[in-house]
Amino acid sequence: MVTSSIKSPEIIFGECNKKLLEEIIFFGISLGADFVELFIENSDNSNVLAEEDFITSVSPSFGKGAGIRIFKDKRDGFVSTNDLSKHGLMRSISQAIEMLDISEKTNNEIFNGLNKLTDYTKSKINWLKDVPTINEVSEKLLLSTKALKKDNKVIVRKGSYSRNWQEVIIASSDGTYATDIRLHQTVGLNVIANDAQYRSNSSRRFGSHGIPNEFKSWDHEKAANEVYESSMNMLYADYVQAGQMPVVLANKFGGVIFHEACGHLLETTQIERGTTPFSDKLNQKIANEAVTAIDEGISEGSFGSLSIDDEGMEPEKSILIKDGILKKFISDRAGELRTGHKRTGSGRRQNYSFAAASRMRNTYIAKGKYTKDDLITSISDGLYCKSMGGGSVGATGQFNFAVEEGYLIKNGKLTTPVKGATLIGDAKEVMPKISMCGNDLELAPGFCGSISGSVNVTVGQPHIKVDSITVGGR
Amino acid sequence: MNATEITSQISNAANILNIEKWDYGASFSNDYSVQVDKGLAKQLKASQKQVLTLRVWNKENLVGITTTSDLSETGIRKALEQAYIASEYGNKNEKTDFSPLAKKPIRFKEIEKKSPLGIKKLLKILRSAESKLIDSHESIQSVPYNGLSESFYERIYANSEGALRNYCKSQAVLYLYARAEEKNKKPRSSGSVKLGYGVEEIDIESCIIEASSKTIAHLDYAPIKTGKYLVCLSPEAFLTMINAFSSIFNARSIIDGVSLSSKNSIGEMISIPALNIYDDGLNYKNISSAPFDGEGTPTKKISLINKGKIENFLHSESTAKIFNTIPTGHAGLGSKVSVSPDWIVVERSNDCKDLKTSLEHMSYKGEFVFIEELNAVHAGVRASQGSFSLPFEGWIYKNGEKCSIESATVAGDIKYLLKNIINIEQKGELTTNGISPHVWINELSITGDE
Repeated sequence: MVTSSIKSPEIIFGECNKKLLEEIIFFGISLGADFVELFIENSDNSNVLAEEDFITSVSPSFGKGAGIRIFKDKRDGFVSTNDLSKHGLMRSISQAIEMLDISEKTNNEIFNGLNKLTDYTKSKINWLKDVPTINEVSEKLLLSTKALKKDNKVIVRKGSYSRNWQEVIIASSDGTYATDIRLHQTVGLNVIANDAQYRSNSSRRFGSHGIPNEFKSWDHEKAANEVYESSMNMLYADYVQAGQMPVVLANKFGGVIFHEACGHLLETTQIERGTTPFSDKLNQKIANEAVTAIDEGISEGSFGSLSIDDEGMEPEKSILIKDGILKKFISDRAGELRTGHKRTGSGRRQNYSFAAASRMRNTYIAKGKYTKDDLITSISDGLYCKSMGGGSVGATGQFNFAVEEGYLIKNGKLTTPVKGATLIGDAKEVMPKISMCGNDLELAPGFCGSISGSVNVTVGQPHIKVDSITVGGR
Repeated sequence: MNATEITSQISNAANILNIEKWDYGASFSNDYSVQVDKGLAKQLKASQKQVLTLRVWNKENLVGITTTSDLSETGIRKALEQAYIASEYGNKNEKTDFSPLAKKPIRFKEIEKKSPLGIKKLLKILRSAESKLIDSHESIQSVPYNGLSESFYERIYANSEGALRNYCKSQAVLYLYARAEEKNKKPRSSGSVKLGYGVEEIDIESCIIEASSKTIAHLDYAPIKTGKYLVCLSPEAFLTMINAFSSIFNARSIIDGVSLSSKNSIGEMISIPALNIYDDGLNYKNISSAPFDGEGTPTKKISLINKGKIENFLHSESTAKIFNTIPTGHAGLGSKVSVSPDWIVVERSNDCKDLKTSLEHMSYKGEFVFIEELNAVHAGVRASQGSFSLPFEGWIYKNGEKCSIESATVAGDIKYLLKNIINIEQKGELTTNGISPHVWINELSITGDE
């Protein structure tokens, strides 16, 4: 295996690269591309793990790389490389041109140079300096695992911290030229409780974007209490009995179901694939009128917020569903080109090795008028899903989600905890059955894995009631 | 850079920084992939990647680790410096060292060196495959998930005591997932994945036929009543289950308290005596085989369950030390050294007199549920609790007739499942995850829509 050893000018972060970037883009256009985009990234990450009363791992990582995307008509070719020299980037351009089998030269006039740099880094330059030190992180993680040690039934206590700092330069042949810094921090707690044959596992994750000091003010006692109580509540729970029943889904991370089951179906990549039942339903009713759903990238500090997306566009607030009517799709550059839906500032990718795709940011169901009690008391026999685990959606839109913490509802009241429940259905059938939305909207951070890798997102909702859904159990 | 050059560069930088003890794992790869949509190129992708994971030991013999893609002189120096800083926080309760086997000979099957076919040829092959799959049945309207890729990579392990080993490999993958829809019915989807050392070795025709026949077979579906059923797990489904609960055999998970096993579980009867399970990363049918693990330990075949009893655990260097044994070649070099199985092989043992051998999935006429593929494993498996609740694709059989199940989940407990196996069919089948025969379970809970 070989890497480039030819000395040539190189992209340098924090300096003006305009001339070099213009040369590279012009090179692509001159070879016949309709559009050339460069996404160049510098990353600096750190992870700390506390287990029981010890720090067991501190692992920094860093790197640089570039993703080069070429469009010709509606086709695109993508090349990623760690070689940020002019020679390396031009070689990648040539490779992308060759992939697309472009032989016909384009009118060079379609590229008129890059715009003046739009610099989103100005207020963010010191973010990396302002994040907590490893010592500070370690101390607080150990306090949090200590706070989980409430009795001898707790057999595993873990706290983890992750900091991802990313500096990006985005330049493309439509003149886009921007630079930005992103900072995401998350902290997670996990506990396993055990008593004879009984075992429970509970976890929570907290996170923010663009707030270097957030971790310092994190209330680790409150978080530890929440995780501990959840594990104790579930320790002796019986398995839920399977069947069709009404459910109430809690706020915050309960929104993961909307994200997975419906949100993904509103991404233009799904229209391109022909895998969404909603592609021809714009301005038609797809959900109960109680449902208004939003995807945006602008809530300050939220895990899915951005100054610009990974294609250099400022994010917008998109009302996806208004009173049950489908109003908009989540779109990126390729989505606009191939489906006609306007870009929404949602072109996102895990890092330079992925081409951007239409992805959700902060996605939530808007608050309604009911209290949580209104929802519970409206059910005589059902399930309350207080905490959701992970889930997935199949190629035909069918979803499956694990309920981490669940309680039976009997005669309008919460009763015994139950474990082993999964919620099964498909968005087209379930969305019209969301009949009541609470007034307690809250958001929760998460990671979403899809075509362009794992990206930081926020999910959210108020408490909601689904009139009937299949609950898997025993 | 080659393995010797990068080792020399790290050694020189370590000398300058007065770091005496280090090791690293590196990976260099060139990948090419294509996707198509009704004959049009959808996404064409190429990547050159380099990743270096570096560990250093400080004067107190504590370990720090860093990962980087920057293999320049300054990048390597920075990685060593960062790892050294991280070593201050090294785990004092679990000392890590080089694998004692990092210089032992490795076994590596010689594979004819493949050359990249290139994007254009990949595209031509995939277009043709997509077209044939769509033409195979009128209800198949698209192949929304498809891809053909080839990957060429080199892996290296070296340490400051002179261990240095590397291997180069190539791998190609074709996957085709078709979507079929008939009037007034729900869309159905299924597919097939095929692997080879190179694209020319992939059996493209069988991938098309398999994806088509599986998808079409699910077109006539019906809901299933919630209840307990006799279940036959396909080789793929049984291997998915074993892999999902592989923490049972994982020494790292045992130490961390997230396994159903304990240090004393060797010899424990965990299943019926008719079951043997091995981890066999070097099996000649394993396309992804690697001759050594992240710590440089040679890969080897190891018996996990022998006649129903747990016989061995999988180890890294540090877990082996704690269990007073030797590493087994299953370590992954990460922020915390992980342990995972390579390639599972399931067999019927010779202690099989109690099996109901009349249960054969091709001939049994009674009622049973056939689980072809388990889905959403990451969400539906609670490995530390032993429980699972998973959606699946499958059929219900009655009187030799089969009907696709509209939508259902199977739920249960892994220990219950292993002890309620009532037949392990004779013939093992090759899958992308290993080899297994069909395995019958007496009774499992199925939740359906009816």
